[in-house]
Order: sequence, then structure tokens, then C-alpha cells
Amino acid sequence: MRAKLDERHIGNPVMVGIHTGGAWVAERLHRLLALTAPLGVLDISFYRDDFTRIGINPQVKPSQMPGDIDDRHVILVDDVLYTGRTIRAALNEIFDYGRPASVILAVLIDRNGRELPIQADVTAHHFELGPQQQIKLQDGPDSLQLVLSEITDGG
Amino acid sequence: MNKENLQLDRQGNLRHFLTIEGLNRVLLTEILDMAESFSGVSERTVKKVPLLRGKTIVNLFFEASTRTRTTFELAAKRLSADVLNINIPASATSKGETLLDTLRNLEAMHCDMFVIRHPNSGAAHFIARHAASHISIINAGDGRHAHPTQALLDMFTIRRCKPSFHNLCVAIVGDMMHSRVARSQIHALSTLGVREIRAIAPRTLIPAAAETLGVHVYHDLREGLRDVEVVIMLRLQHERMRGASLPSEHEYFQLFGLTEDKLALAHPEVIIMHPGPINRGVEIDSTIADGPRSVILQQVAHGTAVRMAVMARAIGPHAVESGAGDR
Repeated sequence: MRAKLDERHIGNPVMVGIHTGGAWVAERLHRLLALTAPLGVLDISFYRDDFTRIGINPQVKPSQMPGDIDDRHVILVDDVLYTGRTIRAALNEIFDYGRPASVILAVLIDRNGRELPIQADVTAHHFELGPQQQIKLQDGPDSLQLVLSEITDGG
Repeated sequence: MNKENLQLDRQGNLRHFLTIEGLNRVLLTEILDMAESFSGVSERTVKKVPLLRGKTIVNLFFEASTRTRTTFELAAKRLSADVLNINIPASATSKGETLLDTLRNLEAMHCDMFVIRHPNSGAAHFIARHAASHISIINAGDGRHAHPTQALLDMFTIRRCKPSFHNLCVAIVGDMMHSRVARSQIHALSTLGVREIRAIAPRTLIPAAAETLGVHVYHDLREGLRDVEVVIMLRLQHERMRGASLPSEHEYFQLFGLTEDKLALAHPEVIIMHPGPINRGVEIDSTIADGPRSVILQQVAHGTAVRMAVMARAIGPHAVESGAGDR
């Protein structure tokens, strides 16, 4: 992560985690990198592309952006990069707050199954999983735990 | 058909929003929480989210309104929906028949949601029963019956100012007889679990059955205001009053107008609310309406976020589901 920031000559980035797993990872990263700008949290429920199919998530949380993001370098953090649809939604939401100078995507897990042309800039782990397998970050924010499960039909 | 069930689909999701009655605390709290998320949208560079892109919402107003219609319009636009505003003076129609004709015409234009204000109680229910199954109905005030989005934005405002509903003592002051707002507020306050609801009004402006709703009735403003933490003033509704319910506006202000000296009896951290429009010097003194304890303008600001939440919940997957069933 540090190397990527150095490579791009980014001094004072704004870190934004995607609710909920991404926000937990971002919290850790934010501390490890000792970033000065406050951490942001995005809940992308209002930007999902499946609203007309599944409706609104009733537990949506407010998004919190740390001040003005115009011309700032943003590090977008999520737990698992899978289809890419969440990141598409998050990018759209970020641009409704302003025009960042750049956006870097950092994820804990990069797994196969992409449906959109979106790739991570920084990845901690890469997994090859079957289409019926699901990986999830749980038990945050204190004791993070990755859980691998099989999706049963209809579930 | 059962009024309460009309609002919810088989899974218990909101389909129409017609009245607070029959909606439980969990659902009301979820809507208030969602409004909290939507309230941030108004403060951003781009003041809208793409949630209802491609949906068409019709504001169908059979009764004059500025604030309610404007905030519904703003809410729909902040959700990226297309909005039609249709104002129809109710006196120009022959009720039932014309209402259905209007409905059929709008359905033919492929609209997804009707926001309805009508001078007759039950108009929104009537339309919800007869509209095509893919259309959601929001009640923006029907006669003396209900004004549920106003009640919810009032709850949102209370929640922003007070730590919890549970130990709260709330007084509603004024014309309860003609007020759809008061009726919806009482249902919302009791569903959310406030400790005490007081209704303060002259005998001629309070329904005989008010106590069956679980409110404590007072006919003396000073007595009723003692230790209350939230005061909700109601507008004196000249246009709905027939005959002489009141001696004079001047006398009403003497007895039931909110003034500094009467308010001194309330809790020191009392907040003052009013659904608007205010009759200054009739039900409330200007110094109070514009004073530090007044949250009247906050109520207006919260109206947009709360209406966004109600619209987002009511337009949902069921629209697609039932739409597919029609084909």
C-alpha cells in the first residue's frame, strides 16, 4: 500500500471504506498508514444496480465523507472484490461528492467472478473460488474473521 | 378490504403509505433511520442519488399546498425520479367518478407512484384500492383523516432533539377536531412508545373520542403545558370550520395561544413544533415561533429526507413482481 502511494507520489490521501467489511479493513489500514485525513465511510445502498429487483436495504447507514474531496487522492477500500458492481456503485457515489484527483482501489481479498472491467490496485490475498462459494469478512470491527461458505440453491 | 393490510405486501414490505395505523415500531424506525441517511444527500455537491432513476412520480393535489407539494417534489427529484405536478381543484370534479377517470388516465401514462392530497377523508385509500397493482400511493393528507408523512417528519425532528421517545411527554395544542396531522401524530407517538401524550384544546375543538386514542385531554393550556418536553402547535383551520366553534381569534389567543409566560411552565428544554402554515398571533406568538426553542424550520428541512425514505421504501421490488404478473 505504502509502495503504491510512493509510486504515484501521493502525500495526503483520503481513505474511504465501503460499509461494512470495507470500513473495518479501512479502519485498520488508516491506523497502520497513520493517515492524517479522517476516515470516510460509504454505504452504497442508494447506488446499487439491483434496486428494482431486491428493493432498498432497510438498514442503510449514512455515508460520511471527510470534508471536501475535490482534487484529493482517494483510497477506496473494500473487503472482497468479486463482481465489481459494488465498486462501480461506490465510484459513482464518490463523484457525487466532488471530483477527486485520483482513486486507488485497495481490497483485502480479490476473488474471481468479475462482471465489470474493474481491478484492484492493491490486493492482500487472491482466491480462486467456485461460483457457489462465498467469502465474507465477519465479526468486525474488533476481531476480523474471514468465513468461506457454500451458497445453497435459493439462498 | 382491510385498511391496514392494504399498505403492506405479503412479505410485510411497504407498498403504499396511507396512514400510520397498522405500521409497527420497527418499520417506522427503519424509515426514520433511512431518512437520516438521505438527509446527508442535501449537503453534497450533487444533491441527488440515482435510486429512482426512470421512475415517474405524480403529485396529485386536489387541495392547495405549497410546503408539502414542494418537499414531495424535491424528494422525488433528489431520488432522480421524474415528477409531474397536477393540481385539480376538488370543487371542479364530481368526486368518485372523476377521481377514477383521472386515475385511469395517469395509469395509461405509465406512472409508478401517486402522491395524493385530497379534501375527502379516505381518498388515498380509495385510490390505493383501485389503482393498478404496480402503482404505489402516498397519502399527502386526506380530509380530516391522516397526514402520515407530516407525522413522520415530526417524529424525525423529535428524535434529532431528544435522546429517546420512551420518557417523553408531548403536548399537542389546538384544533384537534379538524386536524389530520394530530391524528397521525398521536398514532406515531404511541407506536414509538412515548410516555405521555396530551391533547390541549377548547371543548369545541376536541373530538369526544380523543381519550380512546390514549391521550390525556386538557382544556387549560397552562395546566396542560406543565413539564412537557415537546409542544406541537396545530394551525387553526378556518377553511375546515363550519359554524361557530370559536368565539373569536382574539379570545382564542388569550386562552390557547402559545406565549412566553405560558411556556415558562413547560420543561426547561422544551422544543416547539408546528406543521405550518403558522397563524402568528392566533395560535402562537411570533417571539416563540422565531425563538431559540422553535424547531419549525428544521421540520421543513427534515420533510424532504423523510419523504425520500418513504418513497424509496414504497417503490420497490413488489412493483416489478406484480408488474410481471400483469403481463
